Parts: sequence; C-alpha cells; structure tokens
Amino acid sequence: MANLINIKKGLQIPLLGASEEVLRGKVTSEFVRICPEDFHGITPKLAVKVDDRVKAGNTLFYSKDHPEIFFASPVSGVVTEVVRGEKRRILNIVIKADSEIEYEDFGIKNVSSLSSEEVKQSILEAGIWFLIKQRPYDVVAVPGKQPRDIFVTGFDTAPLAPSYDFMLEGQEADLQTGLDALAKLTSGKVYLSISTKTKSKALRDAKNVVITEFNGPHPAGNVGVQINHIKPVNRGEVVWTLNAMDVALIGRLFNRGRVDLTRTVTLCGSEVKQTGYYKMLIGTELSSIFNGNVTEGISLRYISGNPLTGRKIAKDGVLRAYDSQVTVIPEGDDVHEAFGWASLSPKRYSSGGTYLKFNKKYRLDARLLGGPRAIIVSNEYDKVFPMDIFPEQLIKATLAFNIDKMEQLGIYEVAPEDFALCEFVDTSKLEIQRIIRTGLDLLRNEME
Amino acid sequence: MKALRKYLDKIKPNFEEGGKLHWLWSTYDAFETFLFVPNRTSRSGVHIHDARDSKRTMIIVILALIPALLVGMYNIGLQHYTAVGIEADIFTKFIYGLLAILPQLIVSYVVGLGIEFAVAQFKKEEVAEGFLVSGILIPMILPVDTPLWMIAVATAFAVIFAKEVFGGTGYNVFNVALIARAFLFFSYPSKMSGDQVWVRTRDTFGMGGGQVIDGYSGATPLGQINTTEVSSFSDFTFTGITGEPLTFTDMFLGLYPGSIGEASTLAILIGAAILIITGIGSWKTMLSVFLGGTFTVLLLNVFAHNAYMEMPPMYHLLLGGFAFGAVFMATDPVTSARTEKGKWIYGFLIGLLAVTIRVFNPGYAEGMMLAILFMNAFAPLIDFYVVDANIKQRLKRVTNKA
Repeated sequence: MANLINIKKGLQIPLLGASEEVLRGKVTSEFVRICPEDFHGITPKLAVKVDDRVKAGNTLFYSKDHPEIFFASPVSGVVTEVVRGEKRRILNIVIKADSEIEYEDFGIKNVSSLSSEEVKQSILEAGIWFLIKQRPYDVVAVPGKQPRDIFVTGFDTAPLAPSYDFMLEGQEADLQTGLDALAKLTSGKVYLSISTKTKSKALRDAKNVVITEFNGPHPAGNVGVQINHIKPVNRGEVVWTLNAMDVALIGRLFNRGRVDLTRTVTLCGSEVKQTGYYKMLIGTELSSIFNGNVTEGISLRYISGNPLTGRKIAKDGVLRAYDSQVTVIPEGDDVHEAFGWASLSPKRYSSGGTYLKFNKKYRLDARLLGGPRAIIVSNEYDKVFPMDIFPEQLIKATLAFNIDKMEQLGIYEVAPEDFALCEFVDTSKLEIQRIIRTGLDLLRNEME
Repeated sequence: MKALRKYLDKIKPNFEEGGKLHWLWSTYDAFETFLFVPNRTSRSGVHIHDARDSKRTMIIVILALIPALLVGMYNIGLQHYTAVGIEADIFTKFIYGLLAILPQLIVSYVVGLGIEFAVAQFKKEEVAEGFLVSGILIPMILPVDTPLWMIAVATAFAVIFAKEVFGGTGYNVFNVALIARAFLFFSYPSKMSGDQVWVRTRDTFGMGGGQVIDGYSGATPLGQINTTEVSSFSDFTFTGITGEPLTFTDMFLGLYPGSIGEASTLAILIGAAILIITGIGSWKTMLSVFLGGTFTVLLLNVFAHNAYMEMPPMYHLLLGGFAFGAVFMATDPVTSARTEKGKWIYGFLIGLLAVTIRVFNPGYAEGMMLAILFMNAFAPLIDFYVVDANIKQRLKRVTNKA
C-alpha cells in the first residue's frame, strides 16, 4: 500500500472547456519548429546548417556549457531556416518534414543489462536528455552531477490538465522501461507520485519505484510540492524531476531503438468547439487543429501548456517541447467592463470571499483584472502554497536578491510553476513566476 | 457607459507617452480604472487571474465600515439633542450627525487623496487605493468637534510622513489613520481629550442650536471611570450625558459620548462579519486581540485595588475604541504581523497593552491607539521569529543528514 499524503492548501480553478477523453487522431504539419527557449538553462550551439538533411533523432543543437547534451530533431527532413532574434539568439529551428519519417537507429536495448553510465549515454546520444530536469534551479539536468533521488509525477492537477491515465494507454511498457532506466541513474530512489484518482495499472503497479499517493487540489500534481512532502531538497543536493509522460518517452527510446517524440496532447479551453486528444510530435504546427474549431469574432489567446504555466503562442504556433496540453481562452483585450470593483457579475471568479460564489465553471480571459500594486494583503499566497516554505517572504527575498535569505527560505526547493497559483490569486497582480525565474537564474550564475 | 468609453478612448492618447498631458497620466489612469476594469492582459506567467484586486479589497473594507459610520452619525445627533434638551426624531438626529461628519470626511479625502495623486504622478505610478480606507477611518476616530484644519494637517502629516516617505501603500510601518490621530493627540491634547470634545453642543450649519441643559457632562464612560473617586466598581455607575445610568444596551449600541468609531459594538461586529466572510480581515488577529484583552482584565481583576482594575472584561470590550481597533485597525494587513502564527502573538499583545494602558495610565483614557501603534513597530520582529523557526528547521534538516 502506497503512502498517502493529503494536500489541503491549493486551489482547483473551475474553468470551462475541459477536454473530452476521445482520441481524435494524429496531427502533422509540413514544417516543424523547435524553440531552444523551451529548454531552460541551456545556451544552444547549432549542430546543423540550413539545407542540412536530418533524421529523427539526429542532433539539431547542443548545449554550449555541457556539449554532451544533444537536442534531437523530432522529424526527418531538411533544415530550412534558423530564426534568430536579438543578439543572434536562436528563436527557432525550422525543419521541412518528410511525409514518411526516417528514424536514426539507436538499437533496441534491454535496460536491465545496461550499466548506469550506458543508460546515461544512450539518453544523451539520442538527444532527449532534456526530458530530465533538476532542482535546484528548475533547469535541464546536468548529466555530470549525481542526483540524490529522482522524482516522477504521475498526474497533473493544473486547470484543464490532461488525464495521465488516458494518455498512458498503450504506453504502459514504455513507462516501466523508462522508470527502470531512471532507477539506474541514481544511487538514491525513484519516487513516483500518483493521485488517489489514478486508475492506470501502469502507474499504480509500477515496479522499481517508491509510490506515494497524493490527494488534494492543485498544485498537488506539481513535482515540487511532492518533493517537499516526501523528501525536501537541501542546500548542496540535486534531485532530478520528470513527469510520467516524459518517462514513457525515454522508455520508448530503449524499447524501439529510436527517438519518437510523439506526445498525446489535449486540446482544451473555453474557446475550443470540439475538445479532445491528438497525437503529435513536439514542434508540430497547431493551426490545423485551431482552424474552424475556435470561437470567432473575439480576440483569443493560444497557450501551449496550461493556463497557469503555459506559454503564449501565435495561432500558427507549435507544440512546445514539454507540453501535453494546448489551451485556448479569450484574450479579453477587447472587453471593457464597467465598475469592476463593484461588480456582482456571476462571470467573475475569485478564490476569495469578495465575490459571490457559484457552483459552476467559469470562462476566464487573460486580463490582469487590476493594476500592479505593492504586496498588501497577507496570507493570500499561503493558502495556495502547500509547501513548508513562507512564499511571501521568499518572494520578497528573491526580489531583493538576498542570496542568504533565499537559501534559508528554501529557494532550492522551488520552481516557478510552484508559484503559479500565488500569481493567480494575487491581489497585487505581481508577475511572481517571472520573479522566481529571474531569481533562480541569477542564483545559478552566482553559484556555478 | 458606451459613450463614456468612447470619450475615454478619445482623450487617452493625450495622456500616453508623448501626449501633451502625459504628466497627468496617473490621474487619468486612476479615473479610467475606477470606471472600467483595465483591459491589460498578462504578459508573463499565468494567463488567467483572480477577479479580486486592490480596489475590490478596499471597497469591501469601506463597506464594512459603513454600519459603524451610520450608527455613529445617529449617535452624534442623539447626544447633541440630548445635551441641548430638544426633542427630535431619529431622522433629524441622523441628519445632524451627517452634517457634522460630512465636512470632516471631505477634508480628509481631499487632503489625503490629493497627496496620493500628486505623489503617484511624481513617481509615475498608478494611484494606490490604500487611502480610500484611511480617509474614512480618520474622521471616525477623532472627536466630533475636531476643527477641520486639524484634520487637514493631521491627514497630510500622516500620509506624507507615515506612508509616502516609506514608499507608499504597502510599505508603511504604522497605521496611517492612527498616526493622524496620534499626531493630534500629542499636538493638541486639549482638543483630543477631556469632557468637552466628544459631544457637539453647538449647532451644525444652523441646525439644532440651543443651550446645554443643567447637569450636562460630556465625559466618555472610560473618562468617567478613569477619574472616579469611587474605590470599588460595584459602587460605580456609568452615566450618559444627562446623568442617567447607561444600560448594557446603550453600551452595545454605542449610544454614549465618544468618537464615531468607538461607539457601536453592534455595528462593529457587523463590519467584522463582513471582513471575516470576505476573508479580508484576519479573524485570528481579531480574536487574539479580544483574548489578550480579556486575559489581561481577568488578571487585573484578581489584583484589583481600585474601580478601574475591578471593571469586568465585558465593559472593556464594549466601551471605547477596543472593538473598533481590534476589527479595523489591528487587522490592517500592511502594518500587522504577516505570518499566521505572528498574528496570534500580535493580536494578543495589542489586547494586553491596550488594557494595561487604559487602567494604569490616567492620562490616556483610550489605550487602543497607542497599543496598536506600539505593536505595529514590533510586527516585523514577531514575523522575524516566526520565519526564523522555519529557517532553523531547514538548517537542521541539512545538519541532521551530515
């Protein structure tokens, strides 16, 4: 019987547009774009030139600081363009995809017969090391450092989040292989967290891992919260984090001998007419699933990821590397609501008591719904931050970049996503995730 | 509303970067966001936001203050007409009180908001809403006969030196409204205490003129017990301004001389309910102030050797500004302790200090103001120790392992 941990603090934002659990087919696009900014903490160095031919699994670029970290192309085809931004920063690498994908052969391997080093080399060479992230700093894991433990989250509690049970159907073997591979990578343990609602046998009966069951609202599915409750990260320690879908992608490499970055992705949000799940490679253009399938006549916000931590993308944007969710909500910049401070409108949602509460789902847009202020209200963040950390004090220490205080207050244990709900509920409308991200980056520069 | 929106859109370019009136941007923004929810959308981080904002929060606090304000207005009229011995209906009494308070409210808002707007303009920031609450609080905690110029001076002093020099709303160490009162209390003590200031005996805008009747005394109940010759509480009776004894109902409804805010415990409890239900005021702070006060009174009762020390807890909580301070002043999130554990300590000590000052310092009939200001100064220290416990625990985790 797994350990059960009850999470009491948190918030399940009742959003309209949850996805139907129906697989609606496979999405492909002529061009596939990979955006290096997805891989936090990496300075990309190109390994290909325009007009080069690549196979799926060939390296597109690698990390400047850790040249052993390759980044694989999800498709075979021809590199048509490298789009650069300010200071020649690579914004995206565009590949014209073949109609039939040609895979680089990495050989089917039996994980149990491989050594730790061989497992690591296999993942690095295949260019999918980016699936493993690390705490502290919430960046792509540094292969050279031994992780104390590896934490895998087996469910997602974010608003409109996809169901892992559903997405894992047919990938049970890959998941187990992936978990076996991870077990080789640490001298500590692999912790797998599942929800009390998890039904998937692959998750519930996973071998070679320590299973912990969580019950409670978002952010119970955040790996950071789970670590804090299972075995917190201390100064000087490194842990690696993944989600179960990424573990299955790693398992796929060993079971099939090739890099197949196909994800099952949910299309959801209040502005989507027909929600559902699609299979697609990372970097696939999404316009084909948006066209004719979203509300017309108002301005919309397209998000790769969930509404709390996802990235804003254009209508012709692509699926970002870590996402299993694409959300469409109203932008709201064309709305002028009179006297919002006196509003009794049932359309307004607040987690606090200053608005009437209705037992219904809400259609929320991207407006801030207020102006930025200094932190005034207290005990607001605490209510949605189920970690043994004082969020407000940590945010203030981070703003001041007081390294000693940040360390003392637990900066090593957190990732920006852990503060997403704080940012949502914030009366002062501060960009808390950005504050934490900047703080972590500065701290990393300072420490390494 | 559409026409208004159109008009705002038309004049907006003047206030934006490069416009002729760009220097008035903060003012324009304040009015625009007052009328319409800004349509600015999130640039980084979360894509959706909770509907509550600073404006909503402050409006709810004002809403919670309204019952006390209304009862207070009525009470001003009631005390006045009783003092001059004229029969008047409820409505007349209320209008009298309204006319007495309205100029004070206007002065406090005009001065305070004027400074807020000017500073926001100067700093090129949005105008913060904090003063909307302070502005209503200031007249509520001053004697009704405070001259308007004093309110203006005190408000200006409090806003500038207690708030803006620290960085504005959210950064102040001391409660702004209490600083305004403390400023007057120490600068013009004769106008702030004694028997003459709590009941308006003169007419207001020509309304309710008359001569004070015989046997009139404008002393507040706490003033009475503070100066009483009686040595045992059982021999002591609180009296109204004409000498008749005050009933518990009078005390609970707040129908005795005092500032508006000190008055009606009933209205304050309604306000407390609003603050607690909406989650804006911390019930922990409120409860712990009452606990701290009650604890101290019970302790004093045991060692009592005069009437004031013998006074049971009930009277302390019903009379004076204790309840008002607990509900509306101690809970000010900016100047209060910000950690949950800290709030218990902070509130308890306020209650303890307020009663101590009341009973042992004959100069200050009202201890709540000083107690809260004193604890404002200590709130960061309380938080420091609460947070430090968390830090120590984290350090222990590392050393235990090593």
